[in-house]
Amino acid sequence: MSIKGKSYLVGAFEHPTRKATDKSVAQLHAECAKGALEDAGLTKNDIDGYFCAGDAPGMGGIGMANYMGLRLKHIDSTDTGGSSYLVHVGHAAQAIATGKCNVALITLAGRPRSEGSSGTQVRSRGTGVPEEPFELPYGPVTVNMYAMAAMRHMHQYGTTAEQLAWVKVAASHHAQYNPNAMLRDVVTVQDVLDSPMVSDPLHRLDCCVVSDGGGALIMARPEIAKSLKRPLVKLLGAAEAPKHTMGGKFDLTFSGAAWTGPRCFEEAGVKHADIKYASIYDSFTITVVMQIEDLGFCEKGQGGKFVADGNLIAGTGKFPFNTDGGGLCNNHPANRGGMTKVIEAVRQLRGEAHPAVQVKNCGIALAHGTGGSLGHRHGSATVIMERE
Amino acid sequence: MATPYQDRKLNDPNLNVGDEPFFEATAQGKLLLKKCKDCGEYHYYPRGICPYCFSTNVDWVEAKGTGTIYTYSITRRAGPIPYCIAYVTLDEGVNMMTNIVDCDLDAIRCGQKVKLTFKATANGTQIPMFAPV
Repeated sequence: MSIKGKSYLVGAFEHPTRKATDKSVAQLHAECAKGALEDAGLTKNDIDGYFCAGDAPGMGGIGMANYMGLRLKHIDSTDTGGSSYLVHVGHAAQAIATGKCNVALITLAGRPRSEGSSGTQVRSRGTGVPEEPFELPYGPVTVNMYAMAAMRHMHQYGTTAEQLAWVKVAASHHAQYNPNAMLRDVVTVQDVLDSPMVSDPLHRLDCCVVSDGGGALIMARPEIAKSLKRPLVKLLGAAEAPKHTMGGKFDLTFSGAAWTGPRCFEEAGVKHADIKYASIYDSFTITVVMQIEDLGFCEKGQGGKFVADGNLIAGTGKFPFNTDGGGLCNNHPANRGGMTKVIEAVRQLRGEAHPAVQVKNCGIALAHGTGGSLGHRHGSATVIMERE
Repeated sequence: MATPYQDRKLNDPNLNVGDEPFFEATAQGKLLLKKCKDCGEYHYYPRGICPYCFSTNVDWVEAKGTGTIYTYSITRRAGPIPYCIAYVTLDEGVNMMTNIVDCDLDAIRCGQKVKLTFKATANGTQIPMFAPV
């Protein structure tokens, strides 16, 4: 059994807001759903499957199904943090392939910027979380949990701060063309190194933005997709895997991409050289380096060299990534970046990216995400799509 | 450049049922691990079931209290006081999240040998931490 070719990404919408002081999280979800439906040329009543994660208010997807007035045959609220929406693409494909639903809606929305969230807050997740008494007193925050993975990667492989900075430089080159991007100024390696050290070795400019907003995707059966007027984007493969601390015997220099990448490529039946564009989750610069290695685009430990010297910049580099400006410069709505990774990949495959960053003859694209933290627990997910 | 260690306010742990012996031991200056009596493996954080072989025949065992820094980060902008979060690989072979204390934080390195010490939270719970040997 495979999901290859059994569903299409027919609608994609990224909310233009980056600060939503006047809108509720539920309204943002619904506006994203509306935008994706209009993009696809479908209506709300066509939706019979709904996928959302922990950012959706209410119990699982029930609250948002109620808010939007959806009549559903299938619902899935799998939460793997920021990679959830990549997982949802795979789950929606499974549901469509097995006839559980025909048109699947995936939504993400949040307003962490308006609500004052940051990656340097120690947050209790309440009682019952088994690891929490053995972690919380030590002050784990989002940024230091990625910083520890970066520090070990540097120690083990000689990765440098300059190499990490190139990831941000490339993202900023792309963001200058995105009128909705939160940070549109092109930055240099030196700008990154000169920005304040947040948690060694990660500087402020090694970190993604905190933004309000959201996005949505619509997936459909082949017959429905082919009845619509949009370019056809077919799902070829999808894979997911959690990685955690393995009872205390773990290696922080690789991510779950080492497991999802090979499985996704196998299902899709494509090779690395076939991938013309990749969206790579960029919560932090180190995230990109490790995922590129783990997905097999370079040897393990060589990611720093791979991303350096502009190799990720569209038009000049060999591996154009995150041409919307990514989470580092464009948008990281709800502190969850998986949705925008799929959306930009769909834009590239349709030929609808900004002309300055559009990859020529973009036939096959990959999107990958890491949700949670490289430093303890995360959910990895990879999808590969093709322009038909 | 130096960043001397400073005490900071530590969050009290919200214990789950079964965690009590761990923190009763820390009050006595001891670090306990769980060891499986069936497969012989240590694990951390402590659980009521072995995450390797799924045996519930797991015992508390006192750790030697020595280890090596696997990785670390000086968290400089998450509050007024910089602190060093780290994973220490204990001599028993498991990695443990901790803080490195009582030293110049800027001199900390991966691979450094460390030994057990304790710092108290607001409610007096003793939290195992490590200092360079």
